Amino acid sequence: MSAIQPKVSEPVSDELTLVQAAKAGDVEAFEELVRRYDRNVFRIAQHITQNREDAEDVVQDAFLKAYGNLSQFQGQSKFYTWLVRIAVNEALMKLRRRRPERMVSLDEDVKTDEDSLPREVADWSPNPEQQYNQAELRDILTRTIQGLPASFRTVFVLRDVEGLSTEETAEALDLSIPAVKSRLLRARLQLRDRLSRYFQRRESADGIPKHDSGDGNQ
Amino acid sequence: MKCAEFLQELTNYLDGAIDDRTKAELEDHLAWCHNCYVVCDTTKKTIEIYRDSQLYELPEDLRTRLRTAIVSKCQAKKKAGPERV
Repeated sequence: MSAIQPKVSEPVSDELTLVQAAKAGDVEAFEELVRRYDRNVFRIAQHITQNREDAEDVVQDAFLKAYGNLSQFQGQSKFYTWLVRIAVNEALMKLRRRRPERMVSLDEDVKTDEDSLPREVADWSPNPEQQYNQAELRDILTRTIQGLPASFRTVFVLRDVEGLSTEETAEALDLSIPAVKSRLLRARLQLRDRLSRYFQRRESADGIPKHDSGDGNQ
Repeated sequence: MKCAEFLQELTNYLDGAIDDRTKAELEDHLAWCHNCYVVCDTTKKTIEIYRDSQLYELPEDLRTRLRTAIVSKCQAKKKAGPERV
């Protein structure tokens, strides 16, 4: 089995030039940085906040905060990693405001019943996503990832959806590398476990339909 | 290698972040442990499905509206000069 192929990231060679120009007051250069990353920030924000209006606010607030603090950006990390860090913090603030009854922190090491060996080891259909139309698939994927704790969801989105490296994810979230790896493993296994109920083979080898293992979590 | 040990290394294995010796041990385990093979294969599919899913795409009209708002606020900040701390 081969390793998953990382997403190819956009060239960043001219990025520092844009950042320097923006620092010197060139708003058009900053606009180019907005164009480059607004889709990513929106996606990350919506995954964390799970709310469209909040995600729109996060896009605006994160870019404005980045613009206002460009002098603080020292260039030791990529501009994108620095921006993601700002965006994640803004998104978590929105989430906390909306759900004050639930402590939302990236530091918590959430223990769940699903941390041990995966329960559902039934194999999936060869092309599981083709069993559903686009709207159904979107709904399944959205509901499934929304069921993860915020700390797992955020690591999974940065690492596996946005394609940040483990080191960049650790830097963006102010977590240690082992903490990122631990959350990523558990996020991946929980998502896999939850998707299995939709994607597993419909029938067992003897032709008897398998019954749904629904765990009542959603 | 036991299944629990395999799972501990699953993320490193899928990311290609392991040395050749550990990789060989994991693949030896995969060759005979069907459950771990299925977990590994379907976890890989999980990642690929989410990566290719295009969830939460930013619509072009909203994108333009947000960018216009950001740029006009940046222009206003620039005119106002640096903020005093």
